[in-house]
Amino acid sequence: MRLEPREHTPLAARLLAPVAAVAAALALCALLVAWTGAPVLRAYGLLLEGAAGSRFALTETLTRATPLILTGLAAAVAFRAKLWNIGAEGQLYMGALVAVVLGGGMLDLPAWLLLPTVMIAGAAAGGATLLGPAVLKVRFGVDEVVTTLLLNFIVLLLVSMLLEGALKDPMGMGWPQSAPVVEAAELPKLVERTRLHTGLLVALGLSALLWLIDTRTIWGYENRAVGANPRAAAFAGMPVTRVMLRTALLSGGLAGLAGVIEVCGLKGYLTLDLSPGFGYSGIVVAMLAQLHPVGVVGAAVFIAGIFVGADAMSRAMPVPNYIADVLVATSLLCMLVAGLLTRYRLRRG
Amino acid sequence: MELFQTILDILVSAAFWTAVLRIATPYILGTLGELLCERAGVLNLGIEGIMTMGAMAGWMAVYQGADLWTGVLVAALCGGLMGLLHATLTVPLGLSQHVAGIGVTLLGTSLSYFVYRLVLPQASTPPTIEPFQPLALPGALAQTPMTYMALILVAAVAYVLYRTPVGLAVRMVGENPAAAEAQGLSVTAVRIGAVVAGSALMALAGAFLTLSAFNAFFFNMVNGRGWICIALVVFASWRPGKALLGAVLFAAFDALQLRLQQVAGGVLPYQLFLMMPYLLSILALVLVARRASYPRALMIPYRKGER
Repeated sequence: MRLEPREHTPLAARLLAPVAAVAAALALCALLVAWTGAPVLRAYGLLLEGAAGSRFALTETLTRATPLILTGLAAAVAFRAKLWNIGAEGQLYMGALVAVVLGGGMLDLPAWLLLPTVMIAGAAAGGATLLGPAVLKVRFGVDEVVTTLLLNFIVLLLVSMLLEGALKDPMGMGWPQSAPVVEAAELPKLVERTRLHTGLLVALGLSALLWLIDTRTIWGYENRAVGANPRAAAFAGMPVTRVMLRTALLSGGLAGLAGVIEVCGLKGYLTLDLSPGFGYSGIVVAMLAQLHPVGVVGAAVFIAGIFVGADAMSRAMPVPNYIADVLVATSLLCMLVAGLLTRYRLRRG
Repeated sequence: MELFQTILDILVSAAFWTAVLRIATPYILGTLGELLCERAGVLNLGIEGIMTMGAMAGWMAVYQGADLWTGVLVAALCGGLMGLLHATLTVPLGLSQHVAGIGVTLLGTSLSYFVYRLVLPQASTPPTIEPFQPLALPGALAQTPMTYMALILVAAVAYVLYRTPVGLAVRMVGENPAAAEAQGLSVTAVRIGAVVAGSALMALAGAFLTLSAFNAFFFNMVNGRGWICIALVVFASWRPGKALLGAVLFAAFDALQLRLQQVAGGVLPYQLFLMMPYLLSILALVLVARRASYPRALMIPYRKGER
């Protein structure tokens, strides 16, 4: 058996690949569910019901998908330029940190001015967090995978330090949490009496905007060219270093914005469990979407559905809700293989 | 001046060096495992998940009644299996080593948590086992058997890498796979073997945490140690002896920050001290990056007849 590159990939294959990968992941994880002794089909039925079975379930899934769209976009734009940003988790917390500092009453602005200010500042903080590793990469050749990963831990410790110190809420009953943001810094609800907020629209808008940039501008072209072959791009006169740094700012900014939106749209304040690994799940989202900005939306809703649905399922059955994380990880690995099969065909000999 | 005196006092105490070797052990084993993978040309970002897997599997085996060394063996086997998964994806299939590694880490971590929760659904305080005890030797030599095993493994890996045909094959497929193929070696087989063996070592690093350093399994207990090992491999310029040195040096800083935390804890937030290992790793990477001599074929998949 050997792999032979395909001349071109039919669109149907590209669209089918994530579906096939998810199906394979569900089949593999069915073995785990069966091992727990729970009836597999009923377990998956409950998962689906918990994710999309009611108006409440659906809004919960979309609420969960909002930060995942943004971290998914963060991973997608970075990976496109072969900038391996694994630090979205830390960048998200930097954005959230800026949101509670600026939105906590420091700036006395009306809502229409305060919200954009906080968002831009939060995105800038996230971008700056990734700019460090990106500069180390282009300037000294330090691998950004390790530096961004290590920065996640440093940022979390910084947040923990501030939550127990300068930012600690005096009314917080001693818990390490920040004071809530002011009302003017809260994102309006999208659907009344649910948790779904207008942050979703921001995420959707950015996904469309990135798709336009990607396909219709020189910026997007340069990004793709540098990712595909940096030497050829440099030979064609493209500013490779500048493209890298630009991508870093954009990717980190998107992750930082995810943090702002979680704080201003959902939680209202900052704790150390603001993100249940949104930064890492964003990588899976981006890969399932094959790094396509619009595909990210669909992938994020799917991953969010798995998490929300698994919580509901594990309340009704003795299946630990970590099954969601296993499903997500398995989907990523299956997607890698499915993606390969769209680019290569298997040949005997 | 007072701080200097405090540091000096800490550095000359035997208890300090006992702690250093203990702290260094998981770094020694993890760095050794990653080094073996990278020498064969495969970056293994699955290390964090494989360490978690080793920690859980080893502990769980002992908790279910196996003896400690069987637990160590179970951990190594689980690590080897995860390594086989990573190797299958990255060597014959030639997939992105970055993304596959992240996938293996996510899978190893989530699978460990899943199994732990399944077996112990509502354990509020983690159940404990009887871990390895330190040998009755004087001073800093009073270590558990796993630390001695780690030191022996450093010598063993160094010997195999530099003094045996197997080691030559591993280094060759990491430097120039086409030349290795021309010599009649199977690049695929050598790389898979190195990744499986390296991953087993990583799992031992995890098992040390639950079977030797502590007596229970906690969530998030690996806590970035795997990523630090990846930085240590670069710092050690892919040499087992330097990896040992790097791990011990790193552990010395870590042990020192722990002691200083006790001395100066009231003045500075403890999080500042906890940041030090991560900052130190980044600093080390920056310092050696200029003259790092990566294995030439690191992260480059090899497909026969394809350039």
